[in-house]
Amino acid sequence: MSRKHHVTATVNGDEYEFLCETQQTLLDVLRDELMLTGTKEGCATGDCGACSVMVDGTLVCSCLILAVETEGKTIDTIEGMASNDELHPLQRKFLELNGLQCGICTPGILVAARALLERNPDPTETEVRYWLAGNLCRCTGYDKVIRSVLAAAEEMRGA
Amino acid sequence: MTTILEKPGYNPDKKYKIIGTSPVKHDGFDKVTGRAKFAADAFLPGMLVGKYLRSPHAHAIIKRIDISKAEKVPGVKAVVTRDDFPEIKAGTGGGDMTRIAMAREKVYWEGHPVAAVAATTESAAKKALKLIEVEYEVLPHVIDPVQAMRDDAPILHDYLRTKGVKGPAAEKKTNVVERLELSKGDAAKGFEKADLIVEGSYDTKPMHQGYIEPQSCIASVSDDGQVDLWCCTQAPWVYRDRLTEILKLDSSKIRIQQSELGGGFGGKTTFYTEPVAIVLAQKAKAPVKMTLTRVEVLRGTGPVSGTASKIKMGCKKDGTIVAVDAELIFQTGPYTGSAFTNAPQAMLTRYEIENVKTVSYEVVSNRPKVSSFRAPCVPQVVFGVEGLVSEMAKKLGMDQIDFRMKNAIVEGHKTIYGETFTKIGFVETLQAAKTCDHYRSPVPAGQGRGIACGFWFNRGGETTGSMALAPDGTLNIILGTADVAGSRMSMSMMAAEEFGIPVDRIRSQLADTNSLGYNRVTAGSRTTFSSGMIVVDSARKIIAELCRRAAKMWNVPEEGVVFEDGHCRPASSNVGDFPPLSMKDIASKTTYTMGAICGHSEMNVTGAGPGFAVHIVDVDVDKETGLVGVKRYTIVEDAGKAISPLQVEGQFQGAAVQGIGWALNEEYVFGEDGKLQNAGFLDYRMPVASDVPMIDTVIVEVANPKHPYGLRGVGEVPLTPAMAAIANAVGEAIGIRPTSLPMSPPKLLKLIEQAKAQGLN
Repeated sequence: MSRKHHVTATVNGDEYEFLCETQQTLLDVLRDELMLTGTKEGCATGDCGACSVMVDGTLVCSCLILAVETEGKTIDTIEGMASNDELHPLQRKFLELNGLQCGICTPGILVAARALLERNPDPTETEVRYWLAGNLCRCTGYDKVIRSVLAAAEEMRGA
Repeated sequence: MTTILEKPGYNPDKKYKIIGTSPVKHDGFDKVTGRAKFAADAFLPGMLVGKYLRSPHAHAIIKRIDISKAEKVPGVKAVVTRDDFPEIKAGTGGGDMTRIAMAREKVYWEGHPVAAVAATTESAAKKALKLIEVEYEVLPHVIDPVQAMRDDAPILHDYLRTKGVKGPAAEKKTNVVERLELSKGDAAKGFEKADLIVEGSYDTKPMHQGYIEPQSCIASVSDDGQVDLWCCTQAPWVYRDRLTEILKLDSSKIRIQQSELGGGFGGKTTFYTEPVAIVLAQKAKAPVKMTLTRVEVLRGTGPVSGTASKIKMGCKKDGTIVAVDAELIFQTGPYTGSAFTNAPQAMLTRYEIENVKTVSYEVVSNRPKVSSFRAPCVPQVVFGVEGLVSEMAKKLGMDQIDFRMKNAIVEGHKTIYGETFTKIGFVETLQAAKTCDHYRSPVPAGQGRGIACGFWFNRGGETTGSMALAPDGTLNIILGTADVAGSRMSMSMMAAEEFGIPVDRIRSQLADTNSLGYNRVTAGSRTTFSSGMIVVDSARKIIAELCRRAAKMWNVPEEGVVFEDGHCRPASSNVGDFPPLSMKDIASKTTYTMGAICGHSEMNVTGAGPGFAVHIVDVDVDKETGLVGVKRYTIVEDAGKAISPLQVEGQFQGAAVQGIGWALNEEYVFGEDGKLQNAGFLDYRMPVASDVPMIDTVIVEVANPKHPYGLRGVGEVPLTPAMAAIANAVGEAIGIRPTSLPMSPPKLLKLIEQAKAQGLN
């Protein structure tokens, strides 16, 4: 058996230690070792965005990073998006405006949309569409996804 | 006793409190926080990982499989092949199903499973897969359905004979499963009356349902053979009955719990991993989880039928369509099951046409077995039909919607397949399309506008469900249908409307197969309609029981009690001066009355109201690259009654974008060697957010009188005209209407050249 690596990383504000094989991706470890299954696997090739997480403040597909690379890093997943029992405005708007149907792509889209609004609090529809072009959704046709993001952005600017 | 089927109690004057609003879906909270459990999100103690070995060939005889080396890999607990599955005769329903799960005599497509391994780790499983030796005798293959029909085509099954033909042809080895003629009147004579005849040949390619959640399941088996299965499925009971058939199990010994469903669109009405995981778990004596990779989803699970069709239509000068002649060919993969009979039934159903001849063929070929997709086999043929309808309107100089209105069917129409329609809303849908902002706006310079219409039957069928009133007056609903996009909430809303209580006091959940009786597959736009009937019927049973209990508590006759807004009240002051009893008042005292108050309902639901849609699309086409930009898109559709308008809009919008993908990008590309060349989301490119505009919607509401709230299914209809509408728009933009899907840039560049040569643009 291959030797496992010992990794320490901060996940959603808490320090975690885990062991991983060299070829295990961050997505594998989040789901199978840390049981944080909110991050989804849709393709494992970086094409669908369902596994989107933040690593040290950068939006990434967790299927494209080896878990061993996250030593000492800060990882934020969908499970950490709501705080103090309050949903993030993006989560709330997706609920209110029906920005989700089956919900499998939703965690990835929410994480990606939050990353957008952190760098651009007032995006145009086109900017939202291009930013989310890496997140596949097969149910919604994107209409209500985009509207939810724009509505959350507006609310967050007003707050 | 009259049932809700005979007396649905639809009341056009009723004012709704909850129906027609769009409250937040209860299941949505878990979906925005990551808490929702999809199939791959579950784990069991001691669980093993299951992985497949798949065929590298499109068509080959399996001469030998040797698993001895694989079995010796440390961590490997079971290796299974065809020898581990009960033998069932080829060419039967069960025989086909077991051979799709695991190849027996031959492999029929690149990606056909030939063995599977369960091991303690994925790396051990993968190591073992490499050590399985399979000896193949490679055979010539055929994928294109027209080629597969030719006399010199490689034959997939020696036993196959064409159903529906007579004479020597009925005795020949063939790839044609069935020839089906569905006709009315006399098409040849009809064309004699026509002033204008138009015709075309069309082809469409297989495309995938494209759900983002790959199939995943966990099977565990107790020492006495009880199977527990967790999986994402649109059809738990259908899975149960088919699994018991091919694995020779008692139905009582298998329990299936559906997970949250991460998209299905018809593709999760058929099992893949489930029988293999069960057999692995039986052999390994440990739970086994099998999750497909995206490559496996594309290589191994059902894309839709590719098609080839020839259609001829004729009309009079005044626009009356008088005759249609159509030949339709459907590719089904190695085994029958394309549901191709939908096509001749639905392709023209919206127009009153006296003379129709259709001949349809279902053809086997060496690609993954077809699986259902929204309105199976219908959008592919509507692609041709609505092109010709638009061509006739244009040649006669008639408005596109007026031409369709001229031929539109109304209540009392007898369909080509024998059904007579009650109240339908096609005319109202056309009227709404004509007056909507999009249609009234001029076509922007340089763009083309397309119009197309579509129809779907909408379905009912066997459905069960139950409802329990808790002592605090809240309700739990248990549903047998799957929730593909929010139907649990629609059920809670219908119950809330019946009881006159806030929807937050009601929760709907999805049953396992031991909790309820048989439920037909969640497909065909039947769910909100059929389970809705069950919910309303169950609610009315509970209300009747509440009135009985109140009567007992007051010691008055039952007819002296009425129920409104969540309370039992005396029917009049003559009954007595009793303060109203809330649901809680009664439910909290069931210990002293006659025990728990529950409602349940089991029905073979009928009365699904057919649905019609009009799509309006504006596109531009880059004349240098052939790239199509969809600029504006409006769907006008009859929903009967939108229980939750935001959810209905979501169905329309999602279908439109799937149609855009099918129209412009998506196709299975096979190499000369029969191997799929684009088995990944990078190369099998579905629309992304930046590819599409906002999708405008107009919900028409012509009530279905057979449902208590008048609703019609809305899942399938909005896909049926999508590719036709987009192709009509592209045709207007470049001068020649495309006849081949997808309308990829290379194909359009050729058409643009052709149009230039003919002076059409």
